Amino acid sequence: MVPPERATTEGEPALWRDAGLVAGKDLRVEARSRVATNQVVPFALLVLILFAFALDPDRGILGRAAPGLFWVTVLFSAVLAIQRSFAIEADDDARDALRLSGLDGAGIFLGKAAAVALQLLALEAVLAVGVAVLYGVSLRGGGLLILICLLATAGIAASGIVYGVVAAGLRVSDTLLPLLVLPVLAPVLLAATRASEAALATVPGDAWPWVRLLAVFATIYTVFGVVAFGPLLEEA
Amino acid sequence: MTTGSRGTRILGVATLASLALTAWLALVVSPADVNQKDAVRLLYIHAPTAWLAMYVSFGVTTLASVLYLWPRTRSRLWDLVAGASAEVGVLFIGLTLAVGSIWGRTTWGVWWTWDARLTSTAVLFVLYLGYLAVRRIPADPLVRSRRAAIVAIAAFIDVPIVHLAVDWWRTLHQPATIFDERRLLDPKIEGTMLWTLLLSVVAFTLLYAWLLIHRVRLARLEELVEDRALEDALAERRAEGAAAGAPSVETDEHLATGGVR
Repeated sequence: MVPPERATTEGEPALWRDAGLVAGKDLRVEARSRVATNQVVPFALLVLILFAFALDPDRGILGRAAPGLFWVTVLFSAVLAIQRSFAIEADDDARDALRLSGLDGAGIFLGKAAAVALQLLALEAVLAVGVAVLYGVSLRGGGLLILICLLATAGIAASGIVYGVVAAGLRVSDTLLPLLVLPVLAPVLLAATRASEAALATVPGDAWPWVRLLAVFATIYTVFGVVAFGPLLEEA
Repeated sequence: MTTGSRGTRILGVATLASLALTAWLALVVSPADVNQKDAVRLLYIHAPTAWLAMYVSFGVTTLASVLYLWPRTRSRLWDLVAGASAEVGVLFIGLTLAVGSIWGRTTWGVWWTWDARLTSTAVLFVLYLGYLAVRRIPADPLVRSRRAAIVAIAAFIDVPIVHLAVDWWRTLHQPATIFDERRLLDPKIEGTMLWTLLLSVVAFTLLYAWLLIHRVRLARLEELVEDRALEDALAERRAEGAAAGAPSVETDEHLATGGVR
Protein backbone atom coordinates (compact mmCIF):
# COMPACT_ATOMS: atom_id res chain seq x y z
CA MET A 1 0.00 0.00 0.00
CA VAL A 2 1.28 3.45 -0.84
CA PRO A 3 1.80 5.53 2.31
CA PRO A 4 -0.35 8.68 2.36
CA GLU A 5 1.53 11.90 1.79
CA ARG A 6 1.63 13.59 5.15
CA ALA A 7 1.98 17.26 6.05
CA THR A 8 0.80 18.46 2.68
CA THR A 9 -2.26 20.38 3.74
CA GLU A 10 -4.51 21.42 6.55
CA GLY A 11 -8.21 22.27 6.76
CA GLU A 12 -10.41 21.60 3.79
CA PRO A 13 -7.99 19.81 1.47
CA ALA A 14 -7.21 17.38 4.32
CA LEU A 15 -10.90 16.46 4.40
CA TRP A 16 -10.89 15.56 0.73
CA ARG A 17 -7.58 13.74 1.04
CA ASP A 18 -8.99 11.68 3.95
CA ALA A 19 -12.14 10.97 1.95
CA GLY A 20 -10.06 9.88 -1.02
CA LEU A 21 -7.93 7.59 1.17
CA VAL A 22 -10.95 5.89 2.74
CA ALA A 23 -12.79 5.55 -0.58
CA GLY A 24 -9.64 4.15 -2.17
CA LYS A 25 -9.21 1.67 0.67
CA ASP A 26 -12.84 0.47 0.45
CA LEU A 27 -12.70 0.12 -3.31
CA ARG A 28 -9.37 -1.70 -3.09
CA VAL A 29 -10.85 -4.14 -0.56
CA GLU A 30 -13.76 -4.64 -2.95
CA ALA A 31 -11.48 -5.10 -5.95
CA ARG A 32 -9.65 -7.87 -4.09
CA SER A 33 -12.59 -9.60 -2.42
CA ARG A 34 -15.07 -9.21 -5.31
CA VAL A 35 -18.08 -9.43 -3.02
CA ALA A 36 -20.05 -6.78 -4.92
CA THR A 37 -19.33 -8.27 -8.32
CA ASN A 38 -19.74 -11.90 -7.29
CA GLN A 39 -22.69 -11.54 -4.91
CA VAL A 40 -24.49 -8.19 -4.99
CA VAL A 41 -24.74 -7.81 -8.77
CA PRO A 42 -25.98 -11.39 -9.33
CA PHE A 43 -28.46 -10.85 -6.49
CA ALA A 44 -29.80 -7.71 -8.17
CA LEU A 45 -30.18 -9.52 -11.50
CA LEU A 46 -31.91 -12.36 -9.69
CA VAL A 47 -34.43 -9.88 -8.23
CA LEU A 48 -35.18 -8.63 -11.75
CA ILE A 49 -35.94 -12.22 -12.78
CA LEU A 50 -38.05 -12.82 -9.66
CA PHE A 51 -40.15 -9.77 -10.52
CA ALA A 52 -40.83 -11.33 -13.91
CA PHE A 53 -42.11 -14.48 -12.16
CA ALA A 54 -44.29 -12.45 -9.79
CA LEU A 55 -45.71 -10.13 -12.48
CA ASP A 56 -46.73 -11.96 -15.60
CA PRO A 57 -44.44 -10.77 -18.46
CA ASP A 58 -47.20 -11.16 -21.06
CA ARG A 59 -49.53 -8.58 -19.58
CA GLY A 60 -47.17 -5.67 -20.07
CA ILE A 61 -46.96 -4.92 -16.35
CA LEU A 62 -43.19 -5.35 -16.31
CA GLY A 63 -42.58 -2.70 -18.94
CA ARG A 64 -44.86 -0.18 -17.25
CA ALA A 65 -43.53 -0.89 -13.77
CA ALA A 66 -39.88 -1.06 -14.89
CA PRO A 67 -38.70 2.21 -13.26
CA GLY A 68 -40.22 1.24 -9.91
CA LEU A 69 -38.86 -2.30 -10.06
CA PHE A 70 -35.45 -0.94 -11.02
CA TRP A 71 -35.30 1.37 -8.01
CA VAL A 72 -36.66 -1.22 -5.57
CA THR A 73 -33.89 -3.54 -6.74
CA VAL A 74 -31.34 -0.77 -6.27
CA LEU A 75 -32.59 -0.16 -2.71
CA PHE A 76 -32.31 -3.83 -1.74
CA SER A 77 -28.86 -4.05 -3.26
CA ALA A 78 -27.88 -0.84 -1.49
CA VAL A 79 -28.71 -2.43 1.87
CA LEU A 80 -26.30 -5.24 1.02
CA ALA A 81 -23.61 -2.81 -0.12
CA ILE A 82 -23.91 -0.78 3.07
CA GLN A 83 -23.75 -3.87 5.24
CA ARG A 84 -20.66 -4.93 3.34
CA SER A 85 -19.12 -1.49 3.79
CA PHE A 86 -19.26 -1.94 7.58
CA ALA A 87 -18.54 -5.66 7.59
CA ILE A 88 -15.06 -4.90 6.23
CA GLU A 89 -14.49 -2.61 9.21
CA ALA A 90 -15.60 -5.28 11.67
CA ASP A 91 -12.96 -7.81 10.57
CA ASP A 92 -9.66 -7.77 12.48
CA ASP A 93 -10.83 -4.71 14.46
CA ALA A 94 -10.28 -2.53 11.40
CA ARG A 95 -12.73 -0.11 12.96
CA ASP A 96 -10.33 0.62 15.79
CA ALA A 97 -7.54 1.15 13.29
CA LEU A 98 -9.75 3.57 11.40
CA ARG A 99 -10.51 5.45 14.59
CA LEU A 100 -6.87 5.63 15.60
CA SER A 101 -5.75 6.63 12.11
CA GLY A 102 -6.22 10.31 12.85
CA LEU A 103 -8.38 10.72 9.78
CA ASP A 104 -11.15 13.28 9.97
CA GLY A 105 -14.56 11.76 10.85
CA ALA A 106 -16.25 13.77 8.11
CA GLY A 107 -13.59 12.57 5.66
CA ILE A 108 -14.22 8.95 6.62
CA PHE A 109 -17.95 9.48 6.10
CA LEU A 110 -17.48 11.05 2.67
CA GLY A 111 -15.00 8.36 1.68
CA LYS A 112 -17.22 5.46 2.67
CA ALA A 113 -20.27 7.08 1.08
CA ALA A 114 -18.34 7.71 -2.14
CA ALA A 115 -17.15 4.10 -2.28
CA VAL A 116 -20.70 2.78 -1.82
CA ALA A 117 -22.02 5.31 -4.35
CA LEU A 118 -19.49 4.25 -6.98
CA GLN A 119 -20.35 0.58 -6.48
CA LEU A 120 -24.06 1.36 -6.71
CA LEU A 121 -23.59 3.40 -9.89
CA ALA A 122 -21.80 0.47 -11.51
CA LEU A 123 -24.61 -1.80 -10.34
CA GLU A 124 -27.22 0.58 -11.79
CA ALA A 125 -25.48 0.50 -15.16
CA VAL A 126 -25.71 -3.31 -15.20
CA LEU A 127 -29.31 -3.22 -13.96
CA ALA A 128 -30.31 -0.67 -16.62
CA VAL A 129 -29.07 -3.07 -19.30
CA GLY A 130 -30.94 -5.86 -17.53
CA VAL A 131 -34.18 -3.88 -17.47
CA ALA A 132 -33.78 -2.92 -21.12
CA VAL A 133 -33.18 -6.52 -22.18
CA LEU A 134 -35.48 -8.43 -19.83
CA TYR A 135 -38.41 -6.00 -19.60
CA GLY A 136 -38.20 -4.64 -23.14
CA VAL A 137 -37.74 -1.02 -22.08
CA SER A 138 -35.97 1.33 -24.47
CA LEU A 139 -33.75 3.70 -22.51
CA ARG A 140 -34.69 7.13 -23.81
CA GLY A 141 -33.81 10.43 -22.16
CA GLY A 142 -30.28 9.23 -21.36
CA GLY A 143 -28.80 12.43 -19.93
CA LEU A 144 -31.68 12.98 -17.53
CA LEU A 145 -31.61 9.32 -16.46
CA ILE A 146 -27.91 9.62 -15.64
CA LEU A 147 -28.57 12.75 -13.58
CA ILE A 148 -31.37 10.97 -11.69
CA CYS A 149 -29.09 8.01 -10.99
CA LEU A 150 -26.29 10.27 -9.73
CA LEU A 151 -28.51 12.24 -7.34
CA ALA A 152 -30.52 9.27 -6.07
CA THR A 153 -27.34 7.27 -5.52
CA ALA A 154 -25.73 10.13 -3.61
CA GLY A 155 -28.77 10.28 -1.31
CA ILE A 156 -28.90 6.50 -0.83
CA ALA A 157 -25.19 6.29 -0.07
CA ALA A 158 -25.14 9.25 2.34
CA SER A 159 -28.15 8.20 4.40
CA GLY A 160 -27.11 4.56 4.15
CA ILE A 161 -23.68 5.23 5.65
CA VAL A 162 -25.26 7.26 8.47
CA TYR A 163 -27.53 4.34 9.38
CA GLY A 164 -24.80 1.84 8.65
CA VAL A 165 -22.64 3.28 11.42
CA VAL A 166 -25.64 3.35 13.76
CA ALA A 167 -26.15 -0.37 13.21
CA ALA A 168 -22.43 -1.21 12.99
CA GLY A 169 -20.80 -3.52 15.49
CA LEU A 170 -24.08 -4.84 16.88
CA ARG A 171 -25.13 -8.47 16.94
CA VAL A 172 -28.47 -7.45 15.38
CA SER A 173 -27.06 -5.10 12.73
CA ASP A 174 -28.07 -7.29 9.76
CA THR A 175 -31.74 -7.15 10.64
CA LEU A 176 -31.71 -3.63 12.06
CA LEU A 177 -30.22 -1.83 9.06
CA PRO A 178 -33.06 -2.50 6.54
CA LEU A 179 -35.69 -1.48 9.09
CA LEU A 180 -33.87 1.79 9.71
CA VAL A 181 -32.79 2.73 6.23
CA LEU A 182 -35.67 1.66 3.97
CA PRO A 183 -38.38 3.95 5.46
CA VAL A 184 -35.95 6.86 5.32
CA LEU A 185 -35.33 6.10 1.65
CA ALA A 186 -39.06 6.03 0.84
CA PRO A 187 -38.96 9.58 -0.63
CA VAL A 188 -35.92 8.63 -2.74
CA LEU A 189 -37.76 5.62 -4.15
CA LEU A 190 -40.79 7.75 -4.94
CA ALA A 191 -38.85 10.61 -6.49
CA ALA A 192 -36.42 8.44 -8.46
CA THR A 193 -39.24 6.29 -9.81
CA ARG A 194 -41.45 9.19 -10.89
CA ALA A 195 -38.51 11.07 -12.40
CA SER A 196 -37.34 7.98 -14.30
CA GLU A 197 -40.86 7.40 -15.60
CA ALA A 198 -40.99 10.97 -16.87
CA ALA A 199 -37.53 10.65 -18.43
CA LEU A 200 -38.41 7.38 -20.17
CA ALA A 201 -41.64 8.89 -21.49
CA THR A 202 -39.50 11.84 -22.65
CA VAL A 203 -41.44 14.46 -20.72
CA PRO A 204 -38.52 15.97 -18.78
CA GLY A 205 -40.74 18.79 -17.50
CA ASP A 206 -42.47 16.36 -15.14
CA ALA A 207 -39.15 15.06 -13.87
CA TRP A 208 -37.61 18.31 -12.60
CA PRO A 209 -39.50 18.68 -9.29
CA TRP A 210 -38.51 15.11 -8.42
CA VAL A 211 -34.90 15.71 -9.47
CA ARG A 212 -34.81 18.72 -7.16
CA LEU A 213 -36.23 16.61 -4.33
CA LEU A 214 -33.48 14.03 -4.90
CA ALA A 215 -30.87 16.81 -4.79
CA VAL A 216 -32.30 18.19 -1.54
CA PHE A 217 -32.35 14.73 0.05
CA ALA A 218 -28.76 14.02 -0.95
CA THR A 219 -27.60 17.40 0.35
CA ILE A 220 -29.39 17.12 3.69
CA TYR A 221 -28.10 13.65 4.50
CA THR A 222 -24.58 14.45 3.33
CA VAL A 223 -24.47 17.45 5.66
CA PHE A 224 -26.00 15.41 8.48
CA GLY A 225 -23.45 12.65 7.96
CA VAL A 226 -20.51 15.08 7.90
CA VAL A 227 -21.67 16.53 11.23
CA ALA A 228 -22.76 13.35 13.01
CA PHE A 229 -20.33 10.73 11.75
CA GLY A 230 -17.29 11.67 13.82
CA PRO A 231 -19.01 11.35 17.22
CA LEU A 232 -20.78 8.13 16.15
CA LEU A 233 -17.55 6.50 15.09
CA GLU A 234 -15.79 7.60 18.27
CA GLU A 235 -18.01 5.95 20.81
CA ALA A 236 -18.74 2.53 19.40
CA MET B 1 -41.64 1.56 44.83
CA THR B 2 -44.23 3.11 42.61
CA THR B 3 -44.29 5.36 39.59
CA GLY B 4 -47.20 7.34 40.99
CA SER B 5 -47.01 10.49 43.07
CA ARG B 6 -49.44 13.11 44.30
CA GLY B 7 -48.99 15.12 41.12
CA THR B 8 -49.54 12.21 38.77
CA ARG B 9 -52.59 11.06 40.72
CA ILE B 10 -54.20 14.48 40.26
CA LEU B 11 -53.18 14.38 36.61
CA GLY B 12 -54.62 10.89 36.30
CA VAL B 13 -57.96 11.93 37.76
CA ALA B 14 -58.07 14.96 35.45
CA THR B 15 -57.27 12.69 32.49
CA LEU B 16 -60.00 10.22 33.38
CA ALA B 17 -62.55 12.98 33.96
CA SER B 18 -61.79 14.74 30.69
CA LEU B 19 -61.81 11.44 28.78
CA ALA B 20 -65.17 10.57 30.31
CA LEU B 21 -66.54 14.00 29.45
CA THR B 22 -65.18 13.65 25.92
CA ALA B 23 -66.84 10.24 25.58
CA TRP B 24 -70.17 11.66 26.78
CA LEU B 25 -69.99 14.69 24.48
CA ALA B 26 -68.79 12.59 21.54
CA LEU B 27 -71.27 9.76 21.88
CA VAL B 28 -74.35 11.47 23.29
CA VAL B 29 -74.38 15.24 22.98
CA SER B 30 -72.72 15.98 19.64
CA PRO B 31 -74.89 15.41 16.58
CA ALA B 32 -74.30 12.82 13.88
CA ASP B 33 -72.93 14.12 10.57
CA VAL B 34 -75.31 14.69 7.66
CA ASN B 35 -73.25 12.59 5.27
CA GLN B 36 -71.17 10.37 7.52
CA LYS B 37 -73.87 9.61 10.14
CA ASP B 38 -72.46 8.23 13.40
CA ALA B 39 -69.09 7.39 11.88
CA VAL B 40 -68.08 11.02 12.34
CA ARG B 41 -67.75 10.34 16.07
CA LEU B 42 -64.47 8.54 15.29
CA LEU B 43 -63.09 12.02 14.65
CA TYR B 44 -62.79 12.57 18.40
CA ILE B 45 -60.19 9.81 18.67
CA HIS B 46 -58.66 10.04 15.22
CA ALA B 47 -57.78 13.74 15.17
CA PRO B 48 -56.32 14.16 18.68
CA THR B 49 -54.19 10.99 18.52
CA ALA B 50 -52.85 12.01 15.11
CA TRP B 51 -52.10 15.52 16.29
CA LEU B 52 -50.42 14.38 19.50
CA ALA B 53 -48.37 11.65 17.86
CA MET B 54 -47.06 13.76 15.01
CA TYR B 55 -46.53 17.13 16.58
CA VAL B 56 -46.17 16.60 20.32
CA SER B 57 -44.72 13.10 20.83
CA PHE B 58 -42.19 13.09 18.03
CA GLY B 59 -41.43 16.76 18.63
CA VAL B 60 -40.59 15.99 22.26
CA THR B 61 -38.53 12.97 21.18
CA THR B 62 -36.49 15.12 18.79
CA LEU B 63 -36.02 17.93 21.29
CA ALA B 64 -35.02 15.54 24.08
CA SER B 65 -32.58 13.78 21.71
CA VAL B 66 -30.95 17.09 20.83
CA LEU B 67 -30.71 18.00 24.52
CA TYR B 68 -29.17 14.59 25.22
CA LEU B 69 -26.55 15.01 22.50
CA TRP B 70 -25.71 18.59 23.46
CA PRO B 71 -22.83 18.25 25.91
CA ARG B 72 -24.03 21.01 28.23
CA THR B 73 -27.50 19.60 28.72
CA ARG B 74 -26.60 15.91 28.57
CA SER B 75 -28.51 13.90 31.12
CA ARG B 76 -29.92 10.37 31.30
CA LEU B 77 -33.31 11.96 31.84
CA TRP B 78 -33.45 13.38 28.29
CA ASP B 79 -32.69 9.99 26.85
CA LEU B 80 -35.48 8.40 28.87
CA VAL B 81 -37.90 11.18 27.93
CA ALA B 82 -37.07 10.75 24.24
CA GLY B 83 -37.70 7.02 24.40
CA ALA B 84 -40.88 7.30 26.46
CA SER B 85 -42.33 9.99 24.22
CA ALA B 86 -41.61 7.95 21.10
CA GLU B 87 -43.29 4.92 22.63
CA VAL B 88 -46.44 6.88 23.42
CA GLY B 89 -46.25 8.48 19.96
CA VAL B 90 -46.05 5.09 18.24
CA LEU B 91 -49.00 3.90 20.32
CA PHE B 92 -51.02 6.97 19.34
CA ILE B 93 -50.08 6.81 15.70
CA GLY B 94 -51.05 3.13 15.68
CA LEU B 95 -54.41 4.19 17.11
CA THR B 96 -54.71 6.90 14.46
CA LEU B 97 -54.10 4.36 11.70
CA ALA B 98 -56.46 1.77 13.18
CA VAL B 99 -59.31 4.20 13.84
CA GLY B 100 -58.72 5.92 10.51
CA SER B 101 -58.90 2.56 8.77
CA ILE B 102 -62.25 1.77 10.38
CA TRP B 103 -63.49 5.24 9.50
CA GLY B 104 -62.27 4.82 5.92
CA ARG B 105 -64.17 1.53 5.62
CA THR B 106 -67.44 3.19 6.63
CA THR B 107 -67.12 6.40 4.61
CA TRP B 108 -64.86 5.59 1.64
CA GLY B 109 -65.70 1.86 1.53
CA VAL B 110 -62.06 0.72 1.81
CA TRP B 111 -59.81 -0.10 4.75
CA TRP B 112 -56.84 1.58 3.18
CA THR B 113 -56.22 3.95 0.32
CA TRP B 114 -52.94 5.28 -1.02
CA ASP B 115 -53.71 8.83 -0.18
CA ALA B 116 -50.93 11.26 0.75
CA ARG B 117 -51.65 11.67 4.44
CA LEU B 118 -52.31 8.00 5.05
CA THR B 119 -49.13 7.03 3.28
CA SER B 120 -46.91 9.53 5.04
CA THR B 121 -48.44 8.55 8.39
CA ALA B 122 -47.65 4.91 7.66
CA VAL B 123 -44.05 5.80 6.76
CA LEU B 124 -43.78 7.82 9.97
CA PHE B 125 -45.07 4.83 11.95
CA VAL B 126 -42.37 2.57 10.48
CA LEU B 127 -39.66 5.23 10.95
CA TYR B 128 -40.36 5.42 14.66
CA LEU B 129 -40.71 1.64 14.98
CA GLY B 130 -37.12 1.64 13.73
CA TYR B 131 -36.19 4.17 16.42
CA LEU B 132 -37.78 1.98 19.09
CA ALA B 133 -35.88 -1.01 17.68
CA VAL B 134 -32.61 0.91 18.16
CA ARG B 135 -33.58 1.55 21.78
CA ARG B 136 -33.91 -2.22 22.27
CA ILE B 137 -30.55 -3.25 20.81
CA PRO B 138 -28.37 -5.32 23.10
CA ALA B 139 -25.50 -2.91 23.66
CA ASP B 140 -23.89 -0.68 26.23
CA PRO B 141 -26.59 1.79 27.43
CA LEU B 142 -24.46 4.83 26.63
CA VAL B 143 -23.73 3.62 23.09
CA ARG B 144 -27.38 2.78 22.61
CA SER B 145 -28.60 6.15 23.85
CA ARG B 146 -26.23 8.07 21.63
CA ARG B 147 -27.17 6.07 18.54
CA ALA B 148 -30.88 6.28 19.34
CA ALA B 149 -30.63 10.06 19.64
CA ILE B 150 -28.93 10.30 16.23
CA VAL B 151 -31.60 8.05 14.71
CA ALA B 152 -34.36 10.21 16.22
CA ILE B 153 -32.91 13.36 14.69
CA ALA B 154 -32.25 11.70 11.32
CA ALA B 155 -35.84 10.40 11.28
CA PHE B 156 -37.20 13.83 12.14
CA ILE B 157 -35.41 15.52 9.22
CA ASP B 158 -36.86 12.86 6.95
CA VAL B 159 -40.45 13.67 7.95
CA PRO B 160 -40.91 16.86 5.87
CA ILE B 161 -39.25 15.19 2.86
CA VAL B 162 -41.56 12.18 3.12
CA HIS B 163 -44.49 14.51 3.51
CA LEU B 164 -43.60 16.56 0.45
CA ALA B 165 -42.82 13.54 -1.73
CA VAL B 166 -46.00 11.73 -0.84
CA ASP B 167 -48.03 14.91 -1.19
CA TRP B 168 -46.84 15.39 -4.77
CA TRP B 169 -47.51 11.77 -5.39
CA ARG B 170 -51.22 11.90 -4.63
CA THR B 171 -53.87 13.58 -2.54
CA LEU B 172 -57.39 12.46 -1.72
CA HIS B 173 -57.73 12.98 2.04
CA GLN B 174 -59.74 16.02 3.04
CA PRO B 175 -57.49 18.91 4.05
CA ALA B 176 -57.04 19.69 7.74
CA THR B 177 -60.21 21.16 9.14
CA ILE B 178 -59.05 23.12 12.16
CA PHE B 179 -55.28 23.29 12.14
CA ASP B 180 -55.25 24.98 8.77
CA GLU B 181 -54.35 28.58 9.54
CA ARG B 182 -56.52 29.97 6.74
CA ARG B 183 -59.56 28.52 8.40
CA LEU B 184 -58.46 28.91 11.98
CA LEU B 185 -60.79 31.83 12.57
CA ASP B 186 -63.66 30.29 10.66
CA PRO B 187 -63.72 26.56 11.20
CA LYS B 188 -66.14 24.67 8.93
CA ILE B 189 -67.51 22.58 11.72
CA GLU B 190 -70.60 22.78 13.86
CA GLY B 191 -70.33 24.30 17.36
CA THR B 192 -70.86 21.26 19.60
CA MET B 193 -68.63 19.18 17.41
CA LEU B 194 -65.91 21.79 17.58
CA TRP B 195 -66.03 21.93 21.37
CA THR B 196 -66.04 18.16 21.63
CA LEU B 197 -63.03 18.01 19.34
CA LEU B 198 -61.14 20.64 21.32
CA LEU B 199 -61.94 18.87 24.57
CA SER B 200 -60.78 15.57 23.10
CA VAL B 201 -57.45 17.20 22.23
CA VAL B 202 -57.13 18.39 25.84
CA ALA B 203 -58.08 14.95 27.18
CA PHE B 204 -55.57 13.13 24.99
CA THR B 205 -52.87 15.67 25.81
CA LEU B 206 -53.41 14.96 29.51
CA LEU B 207 -53.31 11.24 28.76
CA TYR B 208 -50.06 11.75 26.87
CA ALA B 209 -48.52 13.64 29.80
CA TRP B 210 -49.67 10.99 32.28
CA LEU B 211 -48.33 8.12 30.18
CA LEU B 212 -45.06 9.95 29.53
CA ILE B 213 -44.34 10.65 33.19
CA HIS B 214 -45.10 7.08 34.23
CA ARG B 215 -43.07 5.64 31.39
CA VAL B 216 -40.04 7.79 32.25
CA ARG B 217 -40.26 6.79 35.92
CA LEU B 218 -40.66 3.15 34.96
CA ALA B 219 -37.57 3.39 32.74
CA ARG B 220 -35.65 4.87 35.68
CA LEU B 221 -36.71 1.96 37.88
CA GLU B 222 -35.75 -0.52 35.17
CA GLU B 223 -32.26 0.95 35.11
CA LEU B 224 -32.04 0.77 38.89
CA VAL B 225 -33.07 -2.89 38.78
CA GLU B 226 -30.40 -3.60 36.18
CA ASP B 227 -27.75 -1.89 38.28
CA ARG B 228 -28.95 -3.71 41.38
CA ALA B 229 -28.83 -7.06 39.61
CA LEU B 230 -25.28 -6.36 38.51
CA GLU B 231 -24.23 -5.39 42.02
CA ASP B 232 -25.87 -8.51 43.45
CA ALA B 233 -24.11 -10.70 40.92
CA LEU B 234 -20.79 -9.08 41.79
CA ALA B 235 -21.41 -9.51 45.50
CA GLU B 236 -22.23 -13.16 44.94
CA ARG B 237 -19.05 -13.72 42.98
CA ARG B 238 -17.06 -11.97 45.69
CA ALA B 239 -18.62 -14.19 48.35
CA GLU B 240 -17.73 -17.24 46.30
CA GLY B 241 -14.20 -15.97 45.95
CA ALA B 242 -13.90 -15.35 49.69
CA ALA B 243 -15.25 -18.82 50.48
CA ALA B 244 -12.74 -20.44 48.17
CA GLY B 245 -9.99 -18.21 49.48
CA ALA B 246 -9.23 -16.93 46.03
CA PRO B 247 -7.03 -13.85 45.84
CA SER B 248 -9.14 -12.13 43.20
CA VAL B 249 -11.17 -10.00 45.60
CA GLU B 250 -9.33 -6.84 44.72
CA THR B 251 -10.04 -7.22 41.01
CA ASP B 252 -13.70 -7.78 41.75
CA GLU B 253 -13.75 -4.66 43.90
CA HIS B 254 -12.30 -2.76 41.01
CA LEU B 255 -14.96 -4.18 38.69
CA ALA B 256 -17.75 -3.31 41.10
CA THR B 257 -16.84 0.37 41.13
CA GLY B 258 -15.53 0.68 37.60
CA GLY B 259 -18.04 -1.48 35.81
CA VAL B 260 -21.29 -0.10 37.18
CA ARG B 261 -20.64 3.58 36.89
